[in-house]
Amino acid sequence: MRRDRDRRTLRPTRKDRKLNASLAETLSVALLVLVLAGAVVRPFGLPEAVTAVPAAALVVATGALSPAHALDEAERLGPVIGFLAAVLVLAQLCDDEGLFQACGAWMARTAAGRPRRLLGQVFLAASAITAVLSLDATVVLLTPVVFATAARLGARPKPHVYACTHLSNTASLLLPVSNLTNLLAFAASGLTFTRFAALMALPWLAAIAVEYAVFRRFFATDLDAGAQAPSGGDAPELPLFALVTVACTLAGFVVTSAVGVDPAWAALAGAAVLAVRALLRRRTTAKALLNAASVPFLAFVLALGIVVRAVVDNGLDTALGRLVPDGTGLAALFGLAVLAAVLANVINNLPAVLVLLPLTAGSGPGAVLAVLLGVNIGPNLTYAGSLATLLWRRIVHAHDTEVRLGEFTRLGLYAVPASLCAAVVALWASLAVIGGG
Amino acid sequence: MAVVVWIVEGTWPACVDAARRHAPEDAEIVLLHVTGDDVADAAHGAFAGLLGRGHPERDPGTRVEHLAAASAETLLGAAAERLGRPCTRTERTGRVEREVVAAADGAELLVLARDGDRSRLGPHSLGPASRFVVDHAPCPLLLVWPEAAPDLTTMPGPPHHD
Repeated sequence: MRRDRDRRTLRPTRKDRKLNASLAETLSVALLVLVLAGAVVRPFGLPEAVTAVPAAALVVATGALSPAHALDEAERLGPVIGFLAAVLVLAQLCDDEGLFQACGAWMARTAAGRPRRLLGQVFLAASAITAVLSLDATVVLLTPVVFATAARLGARPKPHVYACTHLSNTASLLLPVSNLTNLLAFAASGLTFTRFAALMALPWLAAIAVEYAVFRRFFATDLDAGAQAPSGGDAPELPLFALVTVACTLAGFVVTSAVGVDPAWAALAGAAVLAVRALLRRRTTAKALLNAASVPFLAFVLALGIVVRAVVDNGLDTALGRLVPDGTGLAALFGLAVLAAVLANVINNLPAVLVLLPLTAGSGPGAVLAVLLGVNIGPNLTYAGSLATLLWRRIVHAHDTEVRLGEFTRLGLYAVPASLCAAVVALWASLAVIGGG
Repeated sequence: MAVVVWIVEGTWPACVDAARRHAPEDAEIVLLHVTGDDVADAAHGAFAGLLGRGHPERDPGTRVEHLAAASAETLLGAAAERLGRPCTRTERTGRVEREVVAAADGAELLVLARDGDRSRLGPHSLGPASRFVVDHAPCPLLLVWPEAAPDLTTMPGPPHHD
């Protein structure tokens, strides 16, 4: 330990060897592109971290980022990553308990053979699941269930599956746990869990309401086609234990933030309760739990954070600083949200939020939340950001048929500007009523 | 020579009934279902959007593809049962409207249903996919209403010429 500290005091001598700023910036940007490309292409099926971790090591080794700043970034991201791992495990265990199957059965029963009602149920389920169990749960676990439900009713699946993909982004505004971008912003904003949720409740509702209106119009043909009511069958057992645990976890978020404890502990406790039960009943294994926590992904986030920090510190902060509006008036919030949405679509929302947070945290929580509106709603235009999407298309194309983005993009062109505008106005109103303090 | 019946979720019973009523006794009936690849692609894309999550085996798009294949089989089974006479079942995957036109090549008749906004009679009662098929089909068409055909009173009055 002491030796480590001694080494850290020697750091100033490294400064002499520091690269000049423009070279360092070029290197950092190149590495960021490489990291993103590696995450999409996954050469030889290797985990994303295999490109990202050496890239992070390289920015530190070349002096593009000082070890102190890298350490600072790691300390900032550590708790966020722990929180994320707990939520990922919690969602997987809820699936093991049959929560998502029960959700599908509920949607089929209450939709009663009417596609428009099914769309309403999908909006309710996807919004709630995204908010509480994160967007990963909606994309990975809910989407196939929604498809199966639509197929069982003989309804055309397209509107319902598209609703899952859109809501996994739009409905991830509500809670810090809903999206990794939120967890990052939550740590930077200094808000409590409860105040974050209170400020984002109105924007969340506004954005979802706009999406719903757009979907009803855009998919009118498919929704008019009709469906059949499900044939009786047994109602599946409600996974009461999982539901109660999730409810207690939510209550835990409120309580921990009220007494000033990191709400990550509540998520960890919820995941632990379900994990112990599943292990005792031999429904899961330690290996499956570790798999659900997705350790390479956590390493990827940490490494990505370090590379982005190098990009920001070596000149992007001054370049973008001019574009970032000051204050939290309606115009400033709007400018921030649009800037964030554009960045999310050009690169990807994860690096976009990492870049924008240090530049906006000084303007207060309102500015940070406006950035979140942009990075969370924006991806409905290009899935993963245009760079990543282009690469992804090439890979899928190489394996299989061409991926058509026409309809997805057209839907996004209607939904994204409208829901972003509604959410910004709602955030502005929330800030005026509740206050960002 | 064959009668191709395009089976689509929601509107297919009317097509099967029409085929039963209008197809000649000796005609070979082909029940055709096309799974659009756009739905699975949306799920693939959403997973690609979760940058860095790894676990390609968790890609919901792949699960959706499997579910779609199973659901198409069930749907064609139900249609064959409603038809109640020997028939061939064909399942295709791709761009729906183009696959239907290609499958109708050399057919005697293609049976399809209106799938647009049927509350306002007129051009919009055909959705984009059926509009394309109507315009490009290489054979005669039988275009049916998914429910009872509207009566004469729904026809708009003649245009006024002042």
